[in-house]
Parts: sequence; structure tokens; C-alpha cells
Amino acid sequence: MTAYLCRRMLYALPILLGINLLTFGLFFVVNSLDNMARMQLGERHVTQEAIEKWKHAHGYDLPLLWDATAAGTDKFTRTLFYRNSLGLFTFRFGRSDGGRDIGYDLRQRMFPSLAIALPVLLLELALATSLGLMVALLRGSYFDRWLTLGCVAAMSISSLFFIIAGQYLIAKLLRLTPISGYDDGFAAFKFLALPVLVQVAAGLGANVRWNRTVFLEEISKDYVRTAWAKGLTEKQVLWRHVLRNALLPLLTAIVVTLPSLFLGSLITESFFAVPGLGSYTIDAIQNQDFAIVRAMVFLGSCLYILGLMLTDISYAWADPRVRLAAS
Amino acid sequence: MKLALLTTDVALLGTLILVLLYFWSLRQHKLTSQRWRTVLKTPTGGSAAILLAMYVGVAGLDSLRFTAGGETFTALDKMLWSLRTQVETTYSAPLAAFGYAKETRYEAHGKVARDYPRLVYGGRHLRNPAQDRSRDLILRVARGGLLGVAGFCALLGLFKITRRCPHAPFWMPLAARRWRAQVMVIAALCVLGGVIGALAADYHLLGTDKVGSDVLYLTLKSIRTGLVLGVVSSLIALPLAVTLGISAGYLGGWVDDLVQYLYTTLSSIPGVLLIAAAALSLDLLMQQQASDFASLASRADTKLLALCLVLGLTGWTSLCRLLRAEALKLRTIEFVSAARALGGTQLQILFRHLLPNTFHLVIITTVLSFSDLVLAEAVLTYIDIGVDPSMESWGNMINGARLELAREPVVWWSLMAALCGMFGLVLAANLFADAVRDAFDPRLNNTLLAAPR
Repeated sequence: MTAYLCRRMLYALPILLGINLLTFGLFFVVNSLDNMARMQLGERHVTQEAIEKWKHAHGYDLPLLWDATAAGTDKFTRTLFYRNSLGLFTFRFGRSDGGRDIGYDLRQRMFPSLAIALPVLLLELALATSLGLMVALLRGSYFDRWLTLGCVAAMSISSLFFIIAGQYLIAKLLRLTPISGYDDGFAAFKFLALPVLVQVAAGLGANVRWNRTVFLEEISKDYVRTAWAKGLTEKQVLWRHVLRNALLPLLTAIVVTLPSLFLGSLITESFFAVPGLGSYTIDAIQNQDFAIVRAMVFLGSCLYILGLMLTDISYAWADPRVRLAAS
Repeated sequence: MKLALLTTDVALLGTLILVLLYFWSLRQHKLTSQRWRTVLKTPTGGSAAILLAMYVGVAGLDSLRFTAGGETFTALDKMLWSLRTQVETTYSAPLAAFGYAKETRYEAHGKVARDYPRLVYGGRHLRNPAQDRSRDLILRVARGGLLGVAGFCALLGLFKITRRCPHAPFWMPLAARRWRAQVMVIAALCVLGGVIGALAADYHLLGTDKVGSDVLYLTLKSIRTGLVLGVVSSLIALPLAVTLGISAGYLGGWVDDLVQYLYTTLSSIPGVLLIAAAALSLDLLMQQQASDFASLASRADTKLLALCLVLGLTGWTSLCRLLRAEALKLRTIEFVSAARALGGTQLQILFRHLLPNTFHLVIITTVLSFSDLVLAEAVLTYIDIGVDPSMESWGNMINGARLELAREPVVWWSLMAALCGMFGLVLAANLFADAVRDAFDPRLNNTLLAAPR
């Protein structure tokens, strides 16, 4: 197990390096730094002098990959790639183009994101699993057909609709919750209720449909036929055999999403003005703050890879047939 | 009048022609054409195909671009010329004859009156709008509905003539159970078209937006943007996914390692972030070259193309992974060994033997991802990395109308029109994708529902 994990960690390194190279290429090679400075300084006719000053102030006045003029290891370390991209490996995010400490911001904004994402995950799981099981129980009936059609319809609605409709109906007309905003501690509850509800509703269609497929696939397997042949009742077959086995793919599918919970939902957070990582990213995109976008891309990828590893572990933990071999 | 196609016009029309050619070439392939016929025969699949064809038709007309007298317009603009030119001053509700907000008006004798202004075009044929409007509307709906029914009957008659079945009554397709859903959808579309035509002639059927443009016109124009995004992005992603996926699976070795590394790296980055990073970067590049573009339209078009490029270059990984796995499976099957034994080259084996046998995966995945691309447009436009603000698109409509919900009375029509337009297209695409998967996936074959109960 330990050997397997070490191997996976080592595999992750070239991937993260590739991601770093990609974002580095996107932001520093495709666009010259002069362009970036000109955009940040905002004016159409910026002098070259001002550009150089901005670059120096933000530490962007270094060569890209290789400094031929420096001595020794400085040849490599006194470059943009080393300073800006490799620093991410040690989770040193540096300063944003606006001058703020990115690492501090990330730590602050992690919790509001979690406060939305965790309830969403749990509610979604409970609702989607029970609905999916219900549909599987009534498979082939009119209820099944209409609910499946309803799921497809719900999947076809833009997520923006759920947000706007929720804000309008619940917050503006019924005045049950505030339209947007955030507060610390337990006072956050009334601000979080609506975003959580909206996000659960938006994801329900796709999830119920997916769960239905998983359950139905499980039902058509041989051991279920055997269970029926033994004379077990429908309830026993569904709860004891189908649900327990189907939970494996369902649960492991969720583990992948666990780390990305920290990233929060971009659009929801931005609409409801929740100061989480999602709205942080969107603000950065809108202000064209490349340092933050780069940090978020790296963080998101790290979490994704971590999620994949967790999935493998949870497979091995939940399914005794799976063994994580070291070789 | 001269043809003046933009790049995305060429791409969209070219793809349409390619798709038509594909279906034309299917006449020789019994099995595949039979599968497509199964798609059309299922009630949902057939209805969705009809709806999709409508959308594609509108987008196709909107891509035939002409210039005449210094003005650029499309074939769709020409058909909807009155909608395009009848611009009010600001918001007006659907089917309204009066403006949305009170305005101050100075009359001849120095009197100042403050009330709702008459619209310049909406309901201008009415003498006394307050009294006559509802009667006029009902009459128009009835007239349009009748016209639609008549058109539908004409279609049925045409069907009878072309099918040469002299003894059957002309409503036979309606009575035949097999095609009932599809025929009903056509009937509904005919009636709806008649009603819309009758109402939109002298009213703003869906109201007007902030600068007074007709919302119905904007919604129809947005179809092209959505379709271009879905189609062109898939067009960019497909060759990448197919070539890399099949060759990785079949050739193995360092090719496989490289391709696997590429798609693992790309798919490790959360989708929106990668798209945002790439779009930001391209956006910055374009701003520097702003003076190189001949017109605003061509600049917006290039931006749309760049977005398609970004979505395409980031979206090929999932199909590639599937194709690699399938090619891995297929390379050990006898027909591949036979091809190799007969002296087939690598290229021949890859594209003559492996590709046709994985093509169902390509079709299923492409159709499935299409709806995601259309939905992504609205979200990306909201974060400012989507299409150009000057281009008609559902994302821009939603973005513009979002803040107007706070007004009193609420300006809901722009938002609803955009959401409904998008919903129709995505629903049709989703249902069609389901039907395609049911017909093409050899694993499924409806065994799922056949489980004992």
C-alpha cells in the first residue's frame, strides 16, 4: 500500500510539471510580459518606462527560463519559471498582481467554500441515491419514464436559471433568505441556505439519472437473478444486494469530487457574493490577475490528482477484490 | 449583393455539408443507416431530430452572409427584416403597445403630460390600443393557428403525393401509431410558427430589450452562436481525439505513453480554470492586435473562433481515453491480425479497420458533449471570457437582463426568451443523444430494462 502510494505520488510529479509548463506557456510565452503590463496599467499609450517599472515592481523583469548572464545555479534560479512556477510545488503562491498574499487569501476563503460545498454534497447524495433507488424499484413504469424524462429536462436547463429563479422566487418574492451576502459563524446559515438549495436542485437531474443507470446495471447482473431465484423478496434484493453493491461505484465517484469541494462552485459563489475560492477565481479572471489564476489552476490540479488517489484507495478499501499492487 | 462569409460561417456551413455528405454516403452501409433509422423511429429521438433540424436550419440561414450597399446582413436578417429594423427606444413588454416606463411629453400648448408613450412599431396599426388590443390579439392567434393547420395539411398532402399511396386518406401519418409523436411535433411546430408569424408581424412578440431591439429577433440570432460553439469546438476536438486515441491504443509503446501523459495532464486541470486561463491569454493577444481587424463583426467572429479553439483543444481528452481503451481491445481481435497478415500498413489498419469499428463511440460522445458546450457558453459569458459582448448570444442576453430583475415592474422577457431558446436546443440535443446511444451502443441493446422484476 505504502509503495503504491509512493509510486502514485511520483507519477503525479511529471503531470504537475506539465501543468506548470502549460500555464507558464499560456501566460508568459503566448503573451509577452509587456502586453500584460500594458493591460494592468490600463492606459492605451503607456510608456516603455512605465512598463519596465511595473515589471520590476512585480518581479517580472527576469528572463523566462534561462539566465545566461548569471553565475552558477543562479542561471536557473533567477528566472521567471523558477520563481513563479516551481514555487507552486512548495505551495508558495507568492503575491497577486494586485499585491496581496495569495496563500493568505486562499486560507481565508477556503472555509466559506467548504460551508457551501459540504452540505451540497451530502444533500445531493441522499436525495439522488434515494430517488435513483425509487426509480430502479419502479423501473419500466410510467413513473420511471416521466421521471427520467424530467431528469433530462432538468439537465437541459442552464445552471444560471436555477440561480436566478431561486434568487427571485425565494429571496425576492417570498423574502425567506437574503438575496446575497455572507457572515461569519452560525449567522452564515441564513446566507448559505439558498445557494445550497440552488446547487442541489441544479445537479439533481444529472445525478438521479446517473444513479438510475448504475442501479439498473447492477440489477441486470447474475447474482441478482440468483437472489430472486432463491425466493428473496423485492425489498431484500434491492436493499441487501443491489444497494450495497451499487454504492461502490457511487461512493467512489464522490471521492473524486471531495478535494474539489475546496475550490467551491465558481458561479454560485459569485452570484451569491460568498467570499469563497470560487468567487476569488472569478474576480481574478475578471480583473485579469494572472498570478491568482495560475495559483488556482495549480491548486485545482493538485486536488484533482489527490482525489484520484483517494478513489483508488477507497476502491481497495471497499472492494476486497481490488488490490493495490506495488509492482 | 455579394457573399461575404466570416470564418465561423464557413466552418458551420462546411460542417453542415460534411454531415449531409456523411448521411449521403450511408446509403452503402446497411447496418449504420439502419441504426440511424432506429434513432428517427423512436418517438423522443425522432421528435428531437425534428427540433434540432429547425435550429440547424435557422443557424444555417444566419450563416449565409451578404454585403450590399455597405451593410452586412444574413439570409435570416433578410427574412426578418422588419424585426431587425423596427427598433423602439427602450424596454417594452411582450405584445405591448405602450412603453415600459412613463415618459414626460411636451404637448403643443405648453402642457406637460407624463404617461406611458405609444411604441413606435409595436401595435401601431391599432387606433385605440387600450380597447382593441386584446381583440386583435385573439384574432391574430386564431388566424395564425388556422394558417399553421393549413400548412400542416399541405405538408401531409405533399407526403401523400410523394409517397404515392392513392388509397390512403391524407391524414394517414397521423393515424399511424409508429410515427405519431414525430407527426405531432411537426403539427405543433406548424401551428406555433403560424401564431408567431401572425403576432410578430405587428407586435414585439417577446418584447424589446434595453436599446429597443426585438427580443424574438435576438433569440433567433443567438441560435447561430450557440450552434457554432457546439459544432466548431467538436470539429476541432474530433481529429485530435480520434488520431491520438486510436494510435495510442494500437501502436502502444512511447506513443501510448506520450498520449496518456498529454490527456492526463490536460484533464487534471479543472475544466473552467483551464478554459479561463486559455481564453484570458488569447483575449490579451487579440487586444494587442485590435487594429488588425477590418470590422467589429470580424473581431467578434475571431473571438468566437478563439473560444471554439479553446473549448476544442481542452475538450478532446475524454473521447481520446475511450478510443484508446477500445483500440486496445480491438487490436487483439482476428480482423486486425488478418489485416496485418495481408500486409496492411499501419495507417491502413488504423483508419480503414480500427476507425470504422470505433465510430459509434465517436458519434455518441460527440452528440453527448454538444449540449454541454451550448450550456457552457452562458456560463463563460457570465465570467467575461465568453463571446464578444457585441455578438448576439444567449449568454449575453442573460447577462444583460440579469440585473434588470431588480426593476419594478420586473423585466423578465429577455431572460426568459434566452433561457427557453437555450433549453429547447439543449433538450433536443440531450434527447437525440440518448436515442443515438440506445441505437449505437452495442452493449446496451435494451438489456437494462429487460431485467426480471
